[in-house]
Amino acid sequence: MTTPLLQVKNLRIEFPTRRGTLTAVDDISFDIAPGEVLGVVGESGAGKSLTGAAVIGLLEPPGRIAGGEILLNGRRIDNLPFEEMRKVRGREIGAIFQDPLTSLNPLYTVGRQITETIETHLNVSKAEARERAVKLLMEVGIPAAEKRIVHYPHQFSGGMRQRVVISLALAAQPKLIIADEPTTALDVSIQAQIITLLKKLCREHGTSIMLVTHDMGVIAETADRVAVMYAGRIAEIGPVSEVIHHPQHPYTIGLMGAIPNVGDEVERLTQIDGAMPRLTAIPPGCAFNPRCTRVNDVPDGRCRRERPGLLPAGKTDAACWLHARPINTATSSQGEGRGGVASFENTKVPA
Amino acid sequence: MLAFFIQRLLQAVVVMIAVGFIAFSLFNFVGDPVSLMLPPEATSADRDEVRKSLGLDQPFYLQFVKFVGNALQGNFGISLRLGRPVSQLLIERLPATLELSLIAASLALLVGIPMGVYTALKRDSWISKFILTISLVGVSLPSFLIGIFLILIFAVWLGWLPSFGRGDTVRLGVWTTGFLTFSGLKALILPSITLGLFQMTLILRLVRSEMLEVLRTDYIKFARARGLTNNAVHFGHALKNTLVPVLTIAGLQLGGIIAFAIITETVFQWPGMGLLFIQAVQFADIPVMAAYLCLIGFIFVSINFVVDMLYYVVDPRLRAERSGGGH
Repeated sequence: MTTPLLQVKNLRIEFPTRRGTLTAVDDISFDIAPGEVLGVVGESGAGKSLTGAAVIGLLEPPGRIAGGEILLNGRRIDNLPFEEMRKVRGREIGAIFQDPLTSLNPLYTVGRQITETIETHLNVSKAEARERAVKLLMEVGIPAAEKRIVHYPHQFSGGMRQRVVISLALAAQPKLIIADEPTTALDVSIQAQIITLLKKLCREHGTSIMLVTHDMGVIAETADRVAVMYAGRIAEIGPVSEVIHHPQHPYTIGLMGAIPNVGDEVERLTQIDGAMPRLTAIPPGCAFNPRCTRVNDVPDGRCRRERPGLLPAGKTDAACWLHARPINTATSSQGEGRGGVASFENTKVPA
Repeated sequence: MLAFFIQRLLQAVVVMIAVGFIAFSLFNFVGDPVSLMLPPEATSADRDEVRKSLGLDQPFYLQFVKFVGNALQGNFGISLRLGRPVSQLLIERLPATLELSLIAASLALLVGIPMGVYTALKRDSWISKFILTISLVGVSLPSFLIGIFLILIFAVWLGWLPSFGRGDTVRLGVWTTGFLTFSGLKALILPSITLGLFQMTLILRLVRSEMLEVLRTDYIKFARARGLTNNAVHFGHALKNTLVPVLTIAGLQLGGIIAFAIITETVFQWPGMGLLFIQAVQFADIPVMAAYLCLIGFIFVSINFVVDMLYYVVDPRLRAERSGGGH
């Protein structure tokens, strides 16, 4: 494996509130290789969007990065001064947000919004910026781009607007794109187009994507690897086909069972009982333990006492004591992560 | 554009007719003008004659048509109190009110908008909190009280500024201006602060809350994510969107300033239309009251019309009509 483009190490995101500090993202680590598409899935509130926002340095106060580091091409970016980070945004990390209808400023033409992005980051003349803007619009498949460039956002349909948003994210040729629910607000028929387009463009430009979504279908189609998040932690991470077909974490297993499949003739979908814990009430040990059907398969009630790190399980890594080596469970609380992915020793969570 | 223009123009005309009707009704509601004009010992034959000569024996709608026709020609009759044509009185008084309102409105906008932007961008700074606290005074204290306080401090105690009147004025054709003399400018300071303070704090608070709202929108988040500079995000993207709704309110407020000049003009004995109106009310000088009502109505409607047109220029969504791709 080549050196990762993005490394997130032991990231913690906290929200100080009047009633104490909430830990919304708790000690997560992952890498994204150049050109790779990493899917991040999870329920609402699992911390996936926050992770994306933290990477691009746009956590909204009072949310803050409380620990860990984020490295882009080996350079630490989580503690950059504002002006430095601003130059990273758009130029090195692009972003696409959920709702294309509201991502564009209604009072400016799309052309102006693209050229201002280009002029901010690249040293080009006005004419050149305009030329690039037209080219970008053509690239994202907007017909008659030359004419459309002077149009306002409201003159585009939803799908077309998301294409414009994609062209904006790509305007300064970033190496990584954070796509936060890029298709959720779109019609299903248009979703596929947008996903295909995004994937194609990123392949052509060699751009990596961190694709945040709760739609497993989108992940299955697009991602190379997938991280499943639960209550601010990564439950399982691995190659997308493995996670979908051979999930190892009981939560992932439940999640996959809950996805309806048009071809299948099942009477009922499986469901995971209960709900994700609120941030104020994350149980000690494994965050999933109150809902886990296999919590009793691990001896000593370890799931309730001790937080599992990512452990090799099948061809993925799962944060679950079921995959701890038997010898470890019997003798000590020492486990072994795979290849330094999991920071196992540090995973004890203060109760 | 043309359709929009005509539509708004028609609306304006309808409003003006309604205003005219109310002004016209004043004559009938406030009592029989004939008995007001004639001495108590007049005979009923005298009454009929006066009634006839004034056209008051005609049916109500004909009287209204005649009133509107006269009003369109600027003829509102003769002031009962001063015995001079009302239009002449208004023209004499109009410059004083307009100059005062102009300064007050400029003050409100030029101070209110920047302070609103500042308090929105630096939400947690103590300067913002200070400005917001002070602005409560402007919103909550009635303007006559502020005027009296200002007079007390700057005219009575300190003796820096005059407490009443316009100072020396210069005549330019029909227009008398206080802008060209030192005493005229000095006389403007206290009344314009009194008149503009409420609007200023209102605009400040409006700009602040609109700006905070806009700063939360997705397109601002997206603009930041594109790495635009703070200046471009705040003053390019956010401010323009903030000003769209502010424009409407500010336009209405300008009308409000002219109308509410009544109180300030009374406090400072400012020889404007407002003072004229108050005096007219005291003497039940109906023609002056009706004319004032029509004029203020006309100013409001005109400002509104201009604001609508500006809206159209600023916001491309209104220009959509048939070219759009829908939602």
